[in-house]
Amino acid sequence: MKPYLLIFLIGLLAIGCGQPTTTNESTAVAEPLGGGQSTVQDETSEPDVVRIAVGSPDHTTLVAALKSAKYVDALSNAGPFTVFAPTNAAFDKLPAGTVEGLLKPESAAALKNILEYHVYVGVIKEEYVQDGMTLNQVNLENVTLNKKDGKITVNGANVLGVAKASNGIVYIIDTVLLPK
Amino acid sequence: MKTKIIYRILSALVVLSSLVVWQGCKPKAPGSVTMGDAANKAFVPPGKYDEFYNIVSGGFNGQIGVYGIPSGRLFKILPVFSVFPESGYGYSEETKPMLNTSHGFVPWDDLHHIALSTTKGEHDGRWAFANANNTPRVARVSMKTFRTEEILEIPNSGGNHSSPFITENTEYLVAGTRFSIPMGNKDVPISSYKENFKGSISFIKVNPSDGKMNIAFQLRTPGFNYDLSRAGKGPSHGWFFFSCYNTEQAYTLLEVNASQKDKDFIMAVNWKKAEEYIAQGKGRIEKAKYAHNVYDESTHSATSTMQQEVTVLDVMEFPDIVYFIPCPKSPHGCDVDPSGEYIVGSGKLAAMMPVFSFTKIQKAIANKDYEGDFSGIPVIKYESALHGEVKKPGLGPLHTEFDDKGNAYTSMFVSSEIVKWNVKTLEVLDRVPTYYSIGHLSVPGGPTAKPHGKYVIAYNKITKDRYLPTGPELTQSAQIYDISGDKMQLILDFPTTGEPHYAEAIPASMVSPNSLKIYKLEENKHPYAAIGEGQAKVVRKGNEVHVSMTAIRSHLTPDNIEGVRMGDVVYFHLTNLEQDWDVPHGFAVKGNAGNAEILVMPGETQTLKWTPDEVGVIPFYCTDFCSALHQEMSGYIRVSPAGSNTPLKFSTGVIEDSNAGK
Repeated sequence: MKPYLLIFLIGLLAIGCGQPTTTNESTAVAEPLGGGQSTVQDETSEPDVVRIAVGSPDHTTLVAALKSAKYVDALSNAGPFTVFAPTNAAFDKLPAGTVEGLLKPESAAALKNILEYHVYVGVIKEEYVQDGMTLNQVNLENVTLNKKDGKITVNGANVLGVAKASNGIVYIIDTVLLPK
Repeated sequence: MKTKIIYRILSALVVLSSLVVWQGCKPKAPGSVTMGDAANKAFVPPGKYDEFYNIVSGGFNGQIGVYGIPSGRLFKILPVFSVFPESGYGYSEETKPMLNTSHGFVPWDDLHHIALSTTKGEHDGRWAFANANNTPRVARVSMKTFRTEEILEIPNSGGNHSSPFITENTEYLVAGTRFSIPMGNKDVPISSYKENFKGSISFIKVNPSDGKMNIAFQLRTPGFNYDLSRAGKGPSHGWFFFSCYNTEQAYTLLEVNASQKDKDFIMAVNWKKAEEYIAQGKGRIEKAKYAHNVYDESTHSATSTMQQEVTVLDVMEFPDIVYFIPCPKSPHGCDVDPSGEYIVGSGKLAAMMPVFSFTKIQKAIANKDYEGDFSGIPVIKYESALHGEVKKPGLGPLHTEFDDKGNAYTSMFVSSEIVKWNVKTLEVLDRVPTYYSIGHLSVPGGPTAKPHGKYVIAYNKITKDRYLPTGPELTQSAQIYDISGDKMQLILDFPTTGEPHYAEAIPASMVSPNSLKIYKLEENKHPYAAIGEGQAKVVRKGNEVHVSMTAIRSHLTPDNIEGVRMGDVVYFHLTNLEQDWDVPHGFAVKGNAGNAEILVMPGETQTLKWTPDEVGVIPFYCTDFCSALHQEMSGYIRVSPAGSNTPLKFSTGVIEDSNAGK
């Protein structure tokens, strides 16, 4: 509430400075007014998928990528999501310079496509995973889940652990999923 | 209350802004770009009217909220499917029948969608229709009285979600079942879904002169879920389009099992053809039981009639009524553009939106360009029906509204944004964030052939970083965006009552001149009305005591009543004798268990039932602050023990005791 009011008041200050109030300069809002849902102070609720990633020292690269692609607010939302979360080591397996390249502004679309390939809208719990099951990801491409002797893989990537989130489920994986 | 708060904030901001002007110039801060002239655009000065009415569904409160645009001020909470103690709706004897159903009195429902009546595809400002999602019903609300005038129950429906969308001249409104069910109350295993479960789409005829509704016919359709719909218009008039999901026909864990297929369907219905079959007597009359409740403005009373049959057309027997068009991933919104040529399917799990062409659909049907059939109904080839796809518009596309310049505005639930795109070129033109989880959105006139444009209003579910916390649940909200320029601009947030689903906005000039001011006393045909204080009376009929009472500033007649006994049931029939706009009188009696107050409009009669539960002298009073002497507007009713012979008498202004005035 406070930052929102501040922005509002600063806005009024600008009007007071003789800025024309009828121009079209006031363009669409680029950044969330008031900080965005991901900045809401709430240490009580079960963490959402973003907080799980933020709280994990093994996922700093993924978090940097989500922030770069402006996905933190969407993934803090109601969802529900199934997120396949590659570890830092998984990103390290990519050819040298790949991650740095993806984080550049000109790679925004490519980065989005990769991140969206890691997200499914809906909660697929471990017990619902069937061998050979496909999920149509947010980028519209399918991933294939396999389950052998209780061990789950996604497009061949190993699931290292599973974390339940307030707005979905996170499968921690050892390889970055690359769309075709 | 909330309106007042908004009002105070706005006034405070005006004061602040003028102070700031006086402080002179300071360096431009980063925030200045984001809000710009927004406050000016949403500000309606005190004493000025809003430009649009916004008729907003209240979701699980079963009501409609009436707001002003662009101020976001709340004008009225209008009860439809839920009782409303504030006005006595569902509590007064006259309004109780409105909530009658085949299951008995149902005091609540879940109201999702609004349809404002249209003539030639354009708003005509006569009625608002609304759906009850839970116990399937549709309602008609008068835009003259802002009251619910009619409620019609829908038989053979498992939940009325794809409703109450209307045809371009309000010939029909539809009611499609959200859940398929075994028809005719069959006792069958749930696992026999594929074999036994069917859908139904009711076509409800609307009488053009008085708006009265009746189910003209019902289409029996394949068993899956029917979500939303829109009628064709212009060239596609005569057709209706429904989004369908769970074509997997799952009956458990739908969140996984109903998301298996890459494509579900848009169902195109040729309702003119169905009408022809009905006219030829090809419909099958089936037994059914459903309530039809009508409020009569002259008797100020509702009646509930139980209907016994419905005419059914099984689309499997008449395959040229219905066609399926594949549509990706559980389509939710199914919206037709103002020209009537383009149908937008919004797969809520898809990151693209197909736009279908009515011309191409017709060509595909003529050429039998089918990829197969589903339950014997032809499935048109996706590519043959497709105008084109909007690629990666955002995450979780739900609903689309249109402006008057060929643009579409689609809400994105998952990515919380509105995306503006061109209907013909399918190019994404602009996007703005919403805060958060937008469901429906509304452009004034957006679903009609003649959108009024100017604003798009977002209806949001989650407001965690926007509003002061109020415990575990925060308010839902709406946000207004100016769409008059190339770029959408957020100009105002305002909280909403209940949970807003769909809403429509209409120019105030099409509604406000017709707004009813008073009910004329000489037209009051209520059987217990007292048209003048001389007609006030108390009549005993067995153990019923009928009080025909009047109210006028600032007394009730009679205000002294004696001779009521324990075991009696008292009916206070209150006639408001005022013939002056906006002077309702309220009435309540102490300890009226299970009941509320009544709020009686000028010239109207309403009845409050009361069963005394203790001997004594019980006060009653006017509850609506009506004048400087409102506090004096009260009276007493004496309740004697059962079997006592206290004579029945009533009066106002009669002073009987010898000590009066001393």
